[in-house]
Amino acid sequence: MTSLPTLPLSSLRDGLRAKKFSAVELAQAHLDAIEKANGHYNAFITVTPDCALTMAKASDAKLAKNEGGLIEGIPVGVKDLFCTKGVLTTAASHILDGFKPQYESTVTTKCWQAGGVMLGKLNLDEFAMGSSNMSSYYGPVVSPWRRTVDGGRWTEKENPSSVIRHPLSDEGKSLVPGGSSGGSAAAVAANLCPVALGTDTGGSIRQPASFCGIVGIKPTYGRCSRLGIIAFASSLDQAGPLTCNVRDAAIMLNVMCGHDPKDSTSSPNAVPDFEKALTGNIKGKKIGIPKEYRPDGMNPEILAMWEKGAALLKEAGAEIIDISLPHTKYALATYYIIAPAECSSNLARYDGVRFGLRIGAEEGLTAMYEKTRAAGFGAEVKRRIMIGTYVLSAGYYDAYYKKAQRVRWLIAEDFRKAFEKVDAILTPTAPSAAFGFDYKPSDPVEMYLNDVFTVPTSLAGLPGISLPGALNKDGLPLGLQLIGKAFDEETVLNVAYALESAIGFNAKPQGVAA
Amino acid sequence: MSQLIKGNSGDWEIIIGLEVHAQVTTQSKLFSGAATQFGNEPNQNVSFVDAGMPGMLPVINEMAIEQAVRTGLAIGAQINLKSVFDRKNYFYPDLPQGYQISQFLDPIVGKGEVLLDMPDGSIKKVGVTRIHLEQDAGKSLHEYNPKYTYIDLNRAGVALMEIVSEPDMRSADEAAAYLKKLRAIVRYIGACDGDMEKGNMRCDANVSVRKPGAPLGTRCEIKNVNSVRFLHKAIEFEAMRQVEILESGGKIDQETRLFDSTKGETRTMRSKEDAMDYRYFPDPDLLPLELTQEFVDTIRKMLPELPDQKKNRYMEMFGLSAYDAGVIVAEQEYAAYYEQLTAKHDPKLAANWMTGELFGRLNKLGVAIEDSPITAEKLGRLLALIEDNTISGKIAKDVLDLMFESGKDAAAIVEEKGMKQVTDTGAIEKVIDEVMAANGDKVAEYRSGKDKLFGFFVGQVMKASGGKANPAAVNELLKKKLT
Repeated sequence: MTSLPTLPLSSLRDGLRAKKFSAVELAQAHLDAIEKANGHYNAFITVTPDCALTMAKASDAKLAKNEGGLIEGIPVGVKDLFCTKGVLTTAASHILDGFKPQYESTVTTKCWQAGGVMLGKLNLDEFAMGSSNMSSYYGPVVSPWRRTVDGGRWTEKENPSSVIRHPLSDEGKSLVPGGSSGGSAAAVAANLCPVALGTDTGGSIRQPASFCGIVGIKPTYGRCSRLGIIAFASSLDQAGPLTCNVRDAAIMLNVMCGHDPKDSTSSPNAVPDFEKALTGNIKGKKIGIPKEYRPDGMNPEILAMWEKGAALLKEAGAEIIDISLPHTKYALATYYIIAPAECSSNLARYDGVRFGLRIGAEEGLTAMYEKTRAAGFGAEVKRRIMIGTYVLSAGYYDAYYKKAQRVRWLIAEDFRKAFEKVDAILTPTAPSAAFGFDYKPSDPVEMYLNDVFTVPTSLAGLPGISLPGALNKDGLPLGLQLIGKAFDEETVLNVAYALESAIGFNAKPQGVAA
Repeated sequence: MSQLIKGNSGDWEIIIGLEVHAQVTTQSKLFSGAATQFGNEPNQNVSFVDAGMPGMLPVINEMAIEQAVRTGLAIGAQINLKSVFDRKNYFYPDLPQGYQISQFLDPIVGKGEVLLDMPDGSIKKVGVTRIHLEQDAGKSLHEYNPKYTYIDLNRAGVALMEIVSEPDMRSADEAAAYLKKLRAIVRYIGACDGDMEKGNMRCDANVSVRKPGAPLGTRCEIKNVNSVRFLHKAIEFEAMRQVEILESGGKIDQETRLFDSTKGETRTMRSKEDAMDYRYFPDPDLLPLELTQEFVDTIRKMLPELPDQKKNRYMEMFGLSAYDAGVIVAEQEYAAYYEQLTAKHDPKLAANWMTGELFGRLNKLGVAIEDSPITAEKLGRLLALIEDNTISGKIAKDVLDLMFESGKDAAAIVEEKGMKQVTDTGAIEKVIDEVMAANGDKVAEYRSGKDKLFGFFVGQVMKASGGKANPAAVNELLKKKLT
């Protein structure tokens, strides 16, 4: 029998229902894999074996009676940004030391109600702020992918077309899994869990999915409740799954989505059966190719993958249409005003008064605030709090925050107009493949460029999926992104499903034994 | 009614604007399901939302919206069908989220006005700029431990309405009248219990002075004044302080001041330079609040009779003076008491007895009308005795005193003490005859044209009858006999 952890959710679901193996066996197989490999990947911050086995036992009881939910008995890894009752919840930050919530997030509650089995809490960039998972207080996550050939170092002359010139590390050197849902992406790619929950604010599901050669979808803003998800930027944060394939993503969306009266921004729209939408028939579907996603100096491998993706969709019967999203170039700047502004306010509650880290209480209130926050937050989080505080300050608000809100509206308008002509939009997910740990740009903005293709979708609140498009010459996965109309995840998923089978991507990271 | 301050350099005018914070009457908090009940043990009424726990989200309480709309309608204000909740960011231990959810640029209620009944019968209009909804903060408790501060979050997140006036008031009296009137209005409609002792209603006063006709002076804001009396005192003190500074050649620093009620003075809390930058921005956890006209109209239809409407009705239906009507409608309980009386008795008589005799005695005892030992029913039975001429108004005052003393019913007291009015003309004629016989000289003087003496005879007859003779009958019979 194939090793259980190598199977995707949909196969495991069928196997469980057919009683080929039990939920306890399945959980144990994953716990063993975690035990063996987590020391290397650092994907899990907390593993919850007792919890997993108890839940698996309960699932087996249900499965024995042919009962149970959509994912009865399926092991699930949870990004450590979701509050889980009685289980350490860290947001990968020192400031939440020892924080065990007395409540469960709505999305995880839905997962457990659907029969999911919790394996543990997955590493991430601190407070979900980052694109590399290097900002975690619990240390970086290591991607299971490694370069197969030494491509040497690109120089500007040799590769004048690269947007971001990551100095390539030597073959075999550790690579980042992307971020912020880096632990989630690495864990799924490394077969530590068949599915992981992530959150996406500016690309935090899609970019790591792209780096790790898996599927990740951010549904429409409002599809998933944000209740119990530690907030980064409330108007952008959205939960979504990271999975082995598109079908698994559809199943997980059905588990996770739904109106929550306790989240005022959650949508009351009915949730369709996403798995049913996967017909693979995309004849006559109009797919937009935005010219603004092809900046000068774009990585040629990524360009080639994108063009091939479009060609495959055309072969499958879709119509390819060139479109323009004219305000795309302002998206990154807009995002890096709005997200920090909201974060500066959302993170004010970490003050040492009620939970988590507290330092300097004996020296008075101001000292306690200063020392707790100075020690509790990492450099990237502090940077964003500072930026956010600045752009909301009297005298700067109009020039930054207010203007950014206007541009955000223009970006959403771009998409609205484009979707009058097309059903979905195809773009690359990220401007590069995964980079090495030695990549430490002196200018933080360079790191922000990782989000250049994912951020516009987030600002417009639209659904976006990343699926593996190709391997680059170093043997690393590159992702393709499909963007859809608001609340039209069905089209996004179905086009992705068709594209997935046309591409036939089946590469596995070298770090994973079959 | 402008009340000028006489300074050495001439008259000064006081300019006052008030920001009144009224706790909205709701079962639960503005954005959480926690209870709002007063007097619970510390941190009993706290949900995860109120405690600012990670991942918690606010959900607006519809009742609070209704109450704010009701208040807006009660002051004839514009109701904004779209309003926005903003975050006001600052750090304090009793503010768990690190921001207060409030409304900054787009409040739920726009411009309205409050009418004040001044003692001279005139009406003063005070504009209301806006009403917005916001969260209250918790409480820092310093008294439990010398080393640490404890936090009570029972109040954190409770719904407040901030009612902001225009700088339309010109004296401490007007400011006091405005606060009282606003309190009456919110109590009439049940939007706030108006309990200032519990801090459920409190206000900040913006005070400046100027020479009449001159541009506005620099203002100071006096924070958290929690009674009408203190408001009056604080404004008077603050205005005098400013006049003294200006007259000695100084200038007013724009600042926030505290009122010390024991010393009766205001003092600096923080200067303008220390003013915080609250970094207001729309709360991304809450969508803009959108109301339908239908929702507003339904609330409008359900509004009870408001103080001004009641006052006009009393003036039109009962012929009360503007002032009397104003006094009676000032408190819902007064009006309720009054309407119990008018159901059976002459409205003018009832108004006179309530505002004069009853209020005077209650004030002396320091008793509120709802705790009055003389209920409307009891006072009504006393009025009935006046109306059917059983006793005179004068005797009735003594009866009322005895009612307060003994708690007995008016009729029982009159019976017991033999205070019944004598209307038997024969008996009165007998007394008149006696008085005339004893004052023959005065009778002659009267008859020779000294009309003024009529009063003397009335007095003598009343005295001789022990005050029980019916005054009207005495008048009539005296006139007959003297001519």
